[in-house]
This record gives sequence, structure tokens and C-alpha cells, in this order.
Amino acid sequence: MAIEVRIPTILRTYTDGARSVEGSGDTLRALLSDIESRHPGIQERIVDDAGLRRFVNVYLNDEDVRFLDGIETSLSDGDVVTVLPAVAGG
Amino acid sequence: MRYDSLLESVGRTPLVGLPRLSPSPDVRLWAKLEDRNPTGSVKDRAALRMVEVAEAEGLLRPGCTILEPTSGNTGISLAMAARLKGYRLVCVMPENTSIERRQLLRMWGAEIVSSPAAGGSNEAVRVAKQLAEDHPDWVMLYQYGNPANAEAHYATTGPEILEDLPTLTHFVAGLGTTGTLMGTGRYLRERVPGVEIIAAEPRYGEVVYGLRNIDEGFVPELYDASVLTTRYSVGPRDAIRRTRQLLEEEGIFAGISTGAILHAALGIAARVVKDGGRADIAFVVCDGGWKYLSTGAYEGTLDDAEDSIEGSLWA
Repeated sequence: MAIEVRIPTILRTYTDGARSVEGSGDTLRALLSDIESRHPGIQERIVDDAGLRRFVNVYLNDEDVRFLDGIETSLSDGDVVTVLPAVAGG
Repeated sequence: MRYDSLLESVGRTPLVGLPRLSPSPDVRLWAKLEDRNPTGSVKDRAALRMVEVAEAEGLLRPGCTILEPTSGNTGISLAMAARLKGYRLVCVMPENTSIERRQLLRMWGAEIVSSPAAGGSNEAVRVAKQLAEDHPDWVMLYQYGNPANAEAHYATTGPEILEDLPTLTHFVAGLGTTGTLMGTGRYLRERVPGVEIIAAEPRYGEVVYGLRNIDEGFVPELYDASVLTTRYSVGPRDAIRRTRQLLEEEGIFAGISTGAILHAALGIAARVVKDGGRADIAFVVCDGGWKYLSTGAYEGTLDDAEDSIEGSLWA
């Protein structure tokens, strides 16, 4: 099962500069744990004990996972997960 | 309609049906034309309300200087109000915003302090907070945390939409300060059982997310996730494509952020059709396309248009 994970600029120090990496997992939690095994340190920049970090947004196929099942959101083959820092608008 | 002054004419905008873009007679899209406000954007509602509340609270007195971090539309609305009411306005604006926004601000007499492109509006907020410390006599209305921003929509946008469309099932708007969604969303949730409140958030080019640390992100103080049903991230390509489609099929000349909102609205409409349901989906046309002509979003191939707005704050 392959899932594309798009990495924001500020986290690319963990991916040797790669804009996206591939991972696998039935849930977002499993996926993050999978990419952590190849990119040590990246997981704790995205989640903490309480779930997603406050200033990090994660989207599954463009939908904010906080409105799905958060870190337990189910994933399927071919999904695209995008990680972005929260920014202001207006 | 007759008003005593331009300021009195904010709001009461048309809600128009989209017969060509609506997928079926049972699933209909409706556009709230906020470009029909005095300075041409939805921000007139929040800006005027923030000024009036600050006046009522005695914070703003004749001759005061107003300070505001803004990527454009709020600043333009404040500049008009400040000119009519006799205030000085200083706007802190990221340097990667369109030239038209700067021209409009100057035209109404606002002073512009530029903040770095990297970091987008986050940086504008940071610079404005520093300026507020250096100038304690200036009044920062602070649209991201000022309850009057959301209240403006609770008091006007929400009631207008529901009056025009009592069968409403979904409301879709852009997520910036979150004021439109928080205020309109709360109003509708109190009155329409099961209403869905959908946020369309612009996904910018990489420079805009150029923070030094992921813990330096920004979530507006007004934001309350419990008001929303769902939140979509919409990239520039889909936003431009839908902006053009709205013009070509329905004749509405809107700004690029409206394309992002329409993209989310059409996604929801398609889902309802698939499930065999009915829906009346109202969405916000934030502003007209005039201020974005120089970005190249309206001409040439989608690839070229996408390239030309890369790195800019297009919403």
C-alpha cells in the first residue's frame, strides 16, 4: 500500500530535501510511524502526546484530518497526505 | 435603495443562483455577491463593525491612528472607513501581495508598512504587534482576534443568507481570519438543524510557509473548529480553474479565493448528487477579479497562470 506524503519546506531536513516521500499504513498514525522509520525525528514534529501539534495541519486528499478521525483517520492505497504549517489569511 | 452615506450601504448583497454550475434541480449552488460592498469585498462588513465597536468603547477617538496587519481587503475596507471618519491608517502588508491592493490602499490614503514575503500574513501579524508595542497610542483592531469581526457576520451575513434561502443546507466560505465562517456559521447552526459549514482554505506556494520553526505557525484567536463541519485545502490550480469556470459559465467575475471556495462547493455538490440527496449550497464570492488582473490568473494556459501566482498571497 503506497501513500504519498507531501512534506513542507521546514520539515525537509528530515527527508534529505525531498518534497514528498512514500509510506504505508492503515491509519495516519501507522503512516507517520512508517515514515519515522526511514526519516527519524519527523514524527515528533507533526504529532505530540495529545495528537496533531497545534500549528500543524494534515490533509488527506485535501481534507483536514481533524474533521475526519484525526490521527486515527483511515488511509487507502493511492491517498495523498499533505502536511502544512498553519498560516494566517485575511 | 437609498442610504444616508456610503458606510450605511455595507451588506444586503444579492444571493444569485448558478443554474449552469448547479448539478441538478435538487442540488443547487447560490453565490453571495460580497463584491457588491462599497470597497468591493466581504471585508467591508468586518472592518466597519470593528471600527464602530472601537468607537463605542471609546478606544477610537477623532484623530486616532488605526494599525492593522492585512493582506489587502481588510486594509482597503478600513482605509475607506478611516477616510470618511477622519482616522489615520497604517497597514502592515506582506510584500508578495498584488500591486492593485497597494494602489487602492494608497488611493484611500493609507500608509503601508511592508512585511517580508516569506511567512506571509504570519509575518505581517508579527510586524504589526511590534509596531503596536512601539506606538502604544495607535489602535490595532486586529481582525484575527477581534470578536466584532465574527459578530458582523453573525448579525448580517448569516441573517441575509437565511432570509433569502430558507432551504439552505450548506454554507461554504474562505478561511482566513475565520471571521466569516465563525459568525455566519454560528448563526446558521442555531437556526438550521444539520446545516453543514464548510471551510475552503487557500494552499499557497512554498515561500508563504517559510517559517523558521513549525511551532511558529498561526491560528487566529477567533477560530473555533467546532463551528465547522469540514475544512478543505485548495491549491492555486483548482482555484484558478474554478474562477475561470465561474466567469465562463455564470458570468461572475470573481477573485481567485472565490475559485477555491467554489471548488469546495462543487465537491460537496457532487457528493450530495452521488448520495441521491438534495442541497442548497450557499457560498461567498469574497471579491471581484479586478485586483488580481495583474497576476495573470485570467489569461493563457492554466500552467502559466499557476506559475504566475506561485509565491503570492492570492487569497
